[in-house]
Amino acid sequence: MSSNGEVLVRIKEVDKVFRRGSEDINVLTGLNLEVAKGEFLALMGPSGSGKSTLLNLIGGLDRASRGVVEIGGERVDQMSDRDLAGWRARHIGFVFQFYNLLPVLNAERNVELPLLLTHLAKAERHKHVDTALNVVGLAHRTKAYPRTLSGGEQQRVGIARAIVTDPTILLCDEPTGDLDRKSGDEILSLLQALNRDQGKTIIMVTHDPHASHRASRTVYLNKGQLFAEAPE
Amino acid sequence: MSSASNWLSQVFSVTSFGIRTLPERKGSALTTAIGIAGVTVVFVGVMSIAVGLRSTLMSSGRDDVAFVTRRGADSEMTSILTRDDSRIVGDVAGIARNDKGPLLSSELFVIINLPKRSTGSDANVPLRGVEGPASEVRGNVKIVAGRQIEPGRTELIVGAGAAREFSGLEIGRKIRVGKNDWDIVGIFTAEGGVAESEIWTDAAVLQGAYQRGTSYQSVQARLVSADKFDAFKDALTANPQLTVDVVRQKDFFAKQSANVGLIATIGVFIAAMMSLGALFGAVNTMYSAVAARGREIATLRALGFGASPVIISVLVESLFVALLGGVIGAAAAFIAFDGMTTSTMNFQTFSQVAFAFRVTPWLLGLAIGIALLIGFIGGLFPALAAARAPIAISLRET
Repeated sequence: MSSNGEVLVRIKEVDKVFRRGSEDINVLTGLNLEVAKGEFLALMGPSGSGKSTLLNLIGGLDRASRGVVEIGGERVDQMSDRDLAGWRARHIGFVFQFYNLLPVLNAERNVELPLLLTHLAKAERHKHVDTALNVVGLAHRTKAYPRTLSGGEQQRVGIARAIVTDPTILLCDEPTGDLDRKSGDEILSLLQALNRDQGKTIIMVTHDPHASHRASRTVYLNKGQLFAEAPE
Repeated sequence: MSSASNWLSQVFSVTSFGIRTLPERKGSALTTAIGIAGVTVVFVGVMSIAVGLRSTLMSSGRDDVAFVTRRGADSEMTSILTRDDSRIVGDVAGIARNDKGPLLSSELFVIINLPKRSTGSDANVPLRGVEGPASEVRGNVKIVAGRQIEPGRTELIVGAGAAREFSGLEIGRKIRVGKNDWDIVGIFTAEGGVAESEIWTDAAVLQGAYQRGTSYQSVQARLVSADKFDAFKDALTANPQLTVDVVRQKDFFAKQSANVGLIATIGVFIAAMMSLGALFGAVNTMYSAVAARGREIATLRALGFGASPVIISVLVESLFVALLGGVIGAAAAFIAFDGMTTSTMNFQTFSQVAFAFRVTPWLLGLAIGIALLIGFIGGLFPALAAARAPIAISLRET
């Protein structure tokens, strides 16, 4: 863990209610959470417990029904959609369970995607892409298309895409959920290295206790509530 | 990079991803393109009839030729003029002359039945009795095969359109009109005008064959210049010996093109009905495209791409499919219809007028414009749906 104690993520009294027909479903209720800068936090819990919903609120992909979502001192819950899109581009790196690579783009073009939203010139973008692919150990597969890459390699490209803009925080939603154990371990080692060596703050949703052991802290979600220990 | 160029870069990127994934949706895209191509073909096909017919009628008339009929007659068919009427018309100042006299042709007009080449069934063909200067009065009539008729003989020259549409009108053939056999001695053109649908003979011979005495139905006079028309008309209409209407030849044929408007209306109506079908196809295709790209679009938006580039990318894809259909349809319509000849009923004369379908660049542009409009409307709602879809939910779509 390379946390320095400074709070990066502050979730305060957050409710999230989904409406299904005439029924309200409370997914998160009065939830509070603080994540320090440089922390590697694992979010665990059963299906439907609200892990991904919480991750989406932190990443500005969804809005809380009530409460405060503050990232790096900015009130994400109060931003307009337009501002949120720009904020995500600057501060958030997403790693998805199913990689979500664009099949028509090769590895380096996929990694370059978030840089298209920056003011960097093409040469600078290429430099950043090379660096990111080097970090994830895929410098030799820059021209490969997703369909020619293994699951583990695709996830590495996904991670390279997530870190290429040097975001404030990495949000990983079941990053090893679609991988075999060996590939999963490699991805977890990579995330650990990013946290340890580059001080990246990482929040990872996982079902897998093996994966959560790689994190510096694990919290548990159950029925919309957070627990420091796995509930019975 | 400015925010405008950053936005443009986003639009370009998202659009290019959409277009590049189009082959994965080629089935629905092609179905829509073919539907739109069908609309284009029908629209161009029907409108090319209207354009061709209007062109034939409008190219027939001149500003400097006066067309004289009995007052109140709404066509040559219902008009009657005497030899004296014709002589008085010929004495009015302002008529152009050649070395043989005034450029004036007193004419009569009858309908004969001939079998159409296309169906073999009989249809009405105008047989016009003309006087010597008739070709020079019109200014665009040219003998292209055979020779001119000789006065006093039962000879015919046949317009190229009539020769094309009706059988038995070759040079050297005889056709029976009334009690006589008439020799076909020549074929003429009239720069695609209405006269090409007619058969001409000597007016005096036709008067005898149809027992018309010395009557005519119209007089056409070539004026010294177009600006002499008003004085010419005033001189005739003010003459107490005459009860005539005088119009410019151009206006006379313009009146005959009234049924072109009906054809155009029918064309627009049919195309509009088909457009509705194509529109639903386009909407369906683009909703499918948006659904197929749902996770990809959500991923881009999660990474920070804005909603407007997504909207534009879906619209561009829809326009691309529509343009493809429009171009295919326009090309097919051009190949199938342009220059195709046929004939239709001229309701002013109750006889056939031959004309060529005309697929003009303007018509092709209009048809492709309609195709693009279908694409735009068809893509708009799916585009808005794509931009409004909740990112978090779309990310989990498989």
